[in-house]
Amino acid sequence: MHSNSRQKMAEEVGNQEEEAEELSEKQKKEIAKWFLLNSPAGEIQYVAKDIRSVLNDDNVYNTAASEAFPVYNKSHMISLRMPGKSEDVLITSFGEINENEYIDPRTAHVARVDHVKQVCTKVRPATDEELPSPYVEDYRCALDAEIMKYVGEAYPKGVCSVYCARGKDVEEPGSDFELVVVISAARHSPQNFCNGSWRSIWNVEFKDDVQIVEVRGRMQVDAHYFEEGNVQLDAKHEFQDSTLFQSPDDIAVSLTNIIRHHETEYLASLQASYVNLPDTTFKDLRRKLPVTRTLFPWHNTLQFSLTRDISKELGIGK
Amino acid sequence: MEAAMGLMRRMPPKHSETALSALLSLMPQHSSDLLSQVDQPLQVLCDVDYGKEFILCEYNRDADSYRSPWSNKYHPPLEDGPYPSPELRKLEIEANEVFAIYRDQYYEGGISSVYMWEDENEGFVACFLIKKDGSKSGHGRRGYLQEGAWDAIHVMEVGPEEEGMAHYCLTSTVMLSLTTNNESTGTFNLSGSIRRQMNMDLSVADGHLCNMGKMIEELEGKLRNSLDQVYFGKTREMVCTLRPPAELVQVRLPDS
Repeated sequence: MHSNSRQKMAEEVGNQEEEAEELSEKQKKEIAKWFLLNSPAGEIQYVAKDIRSVLNDDNVYNTAASEAFPVYNKSHMISLRMPGKSEDVLITSFGEINENEYIDPRTAHVARVDHVKQVCTKVRPATDEELPSPYVEDYRCALDAEIMKYVGEAYPKGVCSVYCARGKDVEEPGSDFELVVVISAARHSPQNFCNGSWRSIWNVEFKDDVQIVEVRGRMQVDAHYFEEGNVQLDAKHEFQDSTLFQSPDDIAVSLTNIIRHHETEYLASLQASYVNLPDTTFKDLRRKLPVTRTLFPWHNTLQFSLTRDISKELGIGK
Repeated sequence: MEAAMGLMRRMPPKHSETALSALLSLMPQHSSDLLSQVDQPLQVLCDVDYGKEFILCEYNRDADSYRSPWSNKYHPPLEDGPYPSPELRKLEIEANEVFAIYRDQYYEGGISSVYMWEDENEGFVACFLIKKDGSKSGHGRRGYLQEGAWDAIHVMEVGPEEEGMAHYCLTSTVMLSLTTNNESTGTFNLSGSIRRQMNMDLSVADGHLCNMGKMIEELEGKLRNSLDQVYFGKTREMVCTLRPPAELVQVRLPDS
């Protein structure tokens, strides 16, 4: 019956497919994009290879890839080495000049990228219009220097960038502007069946009128282990904080301390979640041992049935 | 087909249903292979006669109906659905009763169903299923989980009896997803699926149920352990590689 019923279901599914109109190219493309966008950190190239072979239609694949890769690269905030330089550029929506060009504020260069190949093909110096005013740049640059020190200490393979998200043309005190700190650390070791990424985005709003700087942080941590199985961690958290408007150097130190504090706390809470797994959280799914704390008495199962019969006859129990 | 299985190995386990239906629509010619090789989260239905839920799977399905292990009736009713022989049905009833107690002792709740059928070579196949909702709103005794799903599928092939011995081949799959969500930790989700096999030749003197039960208990325990120790442990190691815990870097940190 087992294999029969599977066979039957398969035939039914097959028939439905034949009856239903063949999937349109658009539907196929949307399905391919779904797979690409759901690729775990560092695995989109593997997923691309598989979905290409499942589709068996290079036109559909190419359209899907050209639409999905830019979105994936930006949301995973991948870092690419800039040709002829020793720095990486981060692919993020904050640094996006157009779909294929991303600014690296530290080196004041714009990198041209091939999204599907995930490489940087060219760099050019950024134009004045693409860069913040000297007033904003003082704050950005001081913060970047402090964040770089912190990331160098805390993340063995971290890449960071500080962008101006709003008010880049503000020339002097009196107006608001906003910086964004982005930290991205990825680790790919397919030979050990393990990949992961840590991404943080900190929005820093400089409110001139109240002389306060507001901080909003979002963190996302993913890990995938897939040796003879498929297990994924998907963790997210958000934070808010604020500090006083100060000189560029002082505020850079305050902001970096805030970010360091929240990220350290968050790592500790992730560790705590793991430590709590065996005895609390996981126990609510399945216990390690039965409530009786001894293995199940399979030898005496007859007794259970007998006890049940007796209880039934006596009208006790359910 | 290899590429399709490759995709299933990479997609987030909590989206496995979407991934499978996407693959089925892309490659209808492989639907039979896909359905037999990809495990899906279990569904339940209520047995109208007994007012008790039972688990649906490929093993109790015929056309669009599913046989309940409690009333032995197809839901919705089906005229010529297959049934196990009276002798095997007796073992099925006993297995359902005993397995429900086993399930309660390990899971403190949840639903279980056992289905059996004769196979071509004079043996039989038994399928033991457990579904547990461990969330606060479900059967989570301790109330830690925002969302918590555990599905266990044990398929046991029992060979014909020869000189008092029988060959047992067990394939077990566990699929799970657990989410905690609170102010201090944010959203923390682990999801996954693993499958393992176990083969044994055992004396039938102890009875099939006893032999099958012991093997299931052992393999289920192993699966739970490897998820806990190995699989979750590996993702935790990855987090610590991305950002090593403070005590390792504190030495180099300034006064903060």
